Amino acid sequence: MPGLDLVPIWTAILAIGVFLYVALDGFDLGVGMLYNFAPDRDARALVMNSIAPIWDGNETWLILGSVGLLAAFPVAFAIIIPAVYFPILLMLLALIFRGLAFEFRYRDAEHRTLWDHGFAAGSGLAAFAQGVVLGSFIQGYQVEGRHFVGGSFDCFTPFSIFVGFALMFGYALLGAGWLIIKTEGDLQDWARALGRKCLIGTVLAIAVVSLWTPWTDPKIATRWFSWPHIAYLAPVPIITAALVLYAWRALNDRSEYGPFIAGLGLFVMSYIGIAISLWPMIVPGHFTLYQAAASPSTQEFLLIGTLFLLPVILTYTAWSYWVFRGKVRADIGYHH
Amino acid sequence: MHLDPEFLSRLQFAWVVGWHILLPAFTIGLASFIAFLEGAYALTRRPVFLNLSQFWLRIFAISFGMGVVTGIVMPFQFGTNWSRLSDAAGNIISPLLAYEGLTAFFLESTFLGVLLFGRKLVPPAMHFVAAVLVAAGTLSSAFWILATNSWMQTPVGYEVIDGLFYPKDWFAIVFSPSLPYRFAHTVSAFYVTTAFVVLGVGAYTVRRGQSPGEGRMMLRLAVWFLAIFVPIQVVLGDQHGLNTLEHQPAKLAAIEGLWDGGSGVPASIIGWPDQTAERNIAEIAIPKLGSLYLTHSWNGAVKGLKDFPADQRPPVAVVYFAFRIMVGIALLMLAMVACGLFLLWRRRLDDTGWYLKACQFTVCLGFIAVIAGWTTTEVGRQPWTIYGLMRTADSVSPSLTGANVLLSLLLYVVVYLIIFPTGIYTMLRFVWRGPAASEDDAAVDSGRPKSPIEALASATAETH
Repeated sequence: MPGLDLVPIWTAILAIGVFLYVALDGFDLGVGMLYNFAPDRDARALVMNSIAPIWDGNETWLILGSVGLLAAFPVAFAIIIPAVYFPILLMLLALIFRGLAFEFRYRDAEHRTLWDHGFAAGSGLAAFAQGVVLGSFIQGYQVEGRHFVGGSFDCFTPFSIFVGFALMFGYALLGAGWLIIKTEGDLQDWARALGRKCLIGTVLAIAVVSLWTPWTDPKIATRWFSWPHIAYLAPVPIITAALVLYAWRALNDRSEYGPFIAGLGLFVMSYIGIAISLWPMIVPGHFTLYQAAASPSTQEFLLIGTLFLLPVILTYTAWSYWVFRGKVRADIGYHH
Repeated sequence: MHLDPEFLSRLQFAWVVGWHILLPAFTIGLASFIAFLEGAYALTRRPVFLNLSQFWLRIFAISFGMGVVTGIVMPFQFGTNWSRLSDAAGNIISPLLAYEGLTAFFLESTFLGVLLFGRKLVPPAMHFVAAVLVAAGTLSSAFWILATNSWMQTPVGYEVIDGLFYPKDWFAIVFSPSLPYRFAHTVSAFYVTTAFVVLGVGAYTVRRGQSPGEGRMMLRLAVWFLAIFVPIQVVLGDQHGLNTLEHQPAKLAAIEGLWDGGSGVPASIIGWPDQTAERNIAEIAIPKLGSLYLTHSWNGAVKGLKDFPADQRPPVAVVYFAFRIMVGIALLMLAMVACGLFLLWRRRLDDTGWYLKACQFTVCLGFIAVIAGWTTTEVGRQPWTIYGLMRTADSVSPSLTGANVLLSLLLYVVVYLIIFPTGIYTMLRFVWRGPAASEDDAAVDSGRPKSPIEALASATAETH
């Protein structure tokens, strides 16, 4: 494929990969956070059953996201990952506890409470750490040449910590939406009530981040608020507001899929909003997508396999969700 | 005390990969073993194969889960601690890592689902196919990660522009000179490791007297398998050593503890390599033997450590002893196999108490050999991350302080010291329960809700 510009394709693949991770592991991390609020032990078992068969497939997207960033934009990986050294560490350790809780919670009866708490706290901490990564990414890093040269704790700012909590609410909203799909009766009512709280938190968080970002960065403010940009970009906040209204109604009527879909919609809109703010930078303030792109030969070599394998993987994933479709119940687990 | 971020980052990498490697060392072999059991059951319909497959699947699920979560840690290490390596070599190593994810991880996790939950949902042949696909996924994962490692050990097919590596020939990069040997030696090591676990669990099961049929089958399968694969592994190791002699002579000199090169070099049996004095203390060596097995000639020429500048030599003692531990274990393994074959021939395999007890102790042999072999090759390639081209000292993230890395290392140590004992204990409980308990889990767990996996398995079974 000589001469063909693959950077837009890789940008799209990486964007989709990261979004799939956020959407898929987002809801199961959210379910994990809501787990400890479940009314009793049977309810907790149901909550965990709702994601047991799919969580490790979901988490695999994280590997693909990180390795995909290295493959498509190696210098961005080499700058961003050391800059978020401790959030990444916390996320990895949290994911270990949370993932093993599935295996250990029942089989290691003596330590059940430890793994129960590990599941909930690990899910929350992983979500928070990912939010800190996102927040610090938006704010940018101290870079010299091709390297991050700041301190390992620079990424913890009031803004990034706020984004950490914001992402916890967002994931919890997705988790509540998932539980509404997978449960019924009292447990579904419980998930709806939690979902309403998460929605309020998520909306406040989106509003604060949407104002905080342009307030701290004049370039982002110009991009959003100068004429005629404000006219082109007006649909972003308008659609977001419409989704919030739809989510609220879906949580309050008997809609089963509405809350989850609306939650995903809010993530899509936030994602688009961040992309608009940062475009075309992959390391804000230092490297554009083109400047950070891997060598054309690298892009070609990986694209050939990816174009074949990614559809196959998506087919697997869709198939496994289809196999485990339907409500999860205490007596018989899944039923179709 | 001065905290060196490079040294601590190396320790951290050794810690997280050292624990992680134990899991693929077990799951790669176990996946193939389960595929074999499923195939044997599909062909013969003998319940012993089904029971064994179900028994090992439960243990596989736990070790696989641990492999997943400790494996996610690994790619991030390239960024958090080795960002300059990622920047310099990202163009070359990243597609290899990405292909591991694309070809292996999804295949494994999806078809493991079928394997665990789908026995009654899919026809036996399809269940067997799922087992084969899981095994294929684990082997594909090993291939790509070892391709990455091998390219870093024996780099070819690249060009360097402004300090960054660019790909020139992808076929050469993927199939770098050490890959065939490294892949064969590693996969065979993992198979042998797993077979010793099966041997030990078989011996325990026979000694305890419950499910004697399953126990005897495990003993026989393991002894026969090891009788073939332990000798093969020794030959593969020798070939890998000759490959190292050709492409990484300094590593080989450290393995041999050979300071002065030349023709007709001795073979060092044991001694203490002194890096500063550049000689071995209290050494027992056999003259000319080194040249014989390295070059197949009494007077063949071999390079010694002094042929390399002092700052291009690995820490000799670590490599020297790690290699001898690995070889010592190989000898022990050969002895165990010989005894096993002899007892099998004399029809005394199932009632020779001392041998069965010994089998229980040798469960850990393969794991120790894997760690020793890995130490040999990884410490042996120091001081380079990309052999001869990029130093480890130039690979570490520039922003890290020693205190940063010490803190992260301590946290990894604490967490791994919680999860590994818990995981091993959890797997041991399945061993103590034995293969016969396969369908009685619910009774054992009565009074508690079913685990997600078990509840799901019975649920899917009922609804179809």
